[in-house]
Amino acid sequence: MQLDKKVIGHEFKAFTTTVEAGKVKLFCKAIGEEDPIYADEAAAKAAGYSALPVPPTFLQAITNDDPEKGGLLRLLNVDIGLILHGEQHYDYFAPVHVGDKITCQQKVTDMYDKKGGALWFVVSETSLKNQAGKLVAKGTGITVVRNPDAAKK
Amino acid sequence: MVAAPKFDQVKVGDTLKPIVLPPISRHQLALYCGGSGDHNPIHVDLDFAKKFGFKDVFAHGMLSMGFLGRLVTSYAPRDRIRKLGTRFTSITWVGDVITLSGKVTGKREENGEKLIDLEVKCTNQNGQDTLQGHATVAAA
Repeated sequence: MQLDKKVIGHEFKAFTTTVEAGKVKLFCKAIGEEDPIYADEAAAKAAGYSALPVPPTFLQAITNDDPEKGGLLRLLNVDIGLILHGEQHYDYFAPVHVGDKITCQQKVTDMYDKKGGALWFVVSETSLKNQAGKLVAKGTGITVVRNPDAAKK
Repeated sequence: MVAAPKFDQVKVGDTLKPIVLPPISRHQLALYCGGSGDHNPIHVDLDFAKKFGFKDVFAHGMLSMGFLGRLVTSYAPRDRIRKLGTRFTSITWVGDVITLSGKVTGKREENGEKLIDLEVKCTNQNGQDTLQGHATVAAA
């Protein structure tokens, strides 16, 4: 398997998704988050939020709403069983609330290998803008691809 | 409800109150699969995980990053989180007992905001860090 550095700079098709209360609720259950500000509007308002906020890493659920999910794997032509998550970083610029319409745009920004090509690191950045066009957050992820050929050598 | 940390009272080296989580269960991985939209079968389908050389399913890295989010929002309100990032340094297996811990590593002012930098991490029952992360929160 040889990954092609030409994918650096590739921009995926942007998509827009609405932040839904039910999804936030399930996400909170999954991570064991019990703060009522994420589920109860009265609690959110009492804490100073204009609407239900979302947990910091709920951004992942937003970016996973991509109708063409798996674009990075298809671009690299690797099987989902060969990838691991290396790093994830979020910068938060403005609040995200239930009801917001978030437009996500992902692009590949870097790619490099380690251990003689046994592991590939693919860096991508995703911008998240709300319905007002305001940049609310940026996600930077590193996907690690395990090269199955490297083990055979 | 957590109050915003007061910049003048925060000292580098201050520690966050640790959180010890219940053991990671297969049920939790199924919930996170649905809740996060990360449907990679390697986290929920044992047959699939074995096919790709793993002894068992293992936790989504982002589930643990969600735990780090809980730790940081136990220290500062949600709307004061400016950055949260992590390296996934080792795999979290079913049954692992994860402890969340953090400490203040810096204080600074940027764009008119008083910021506190934190080191945050997930550590398993063997003392091995599974996530080594960082966060920045705005102080009062």
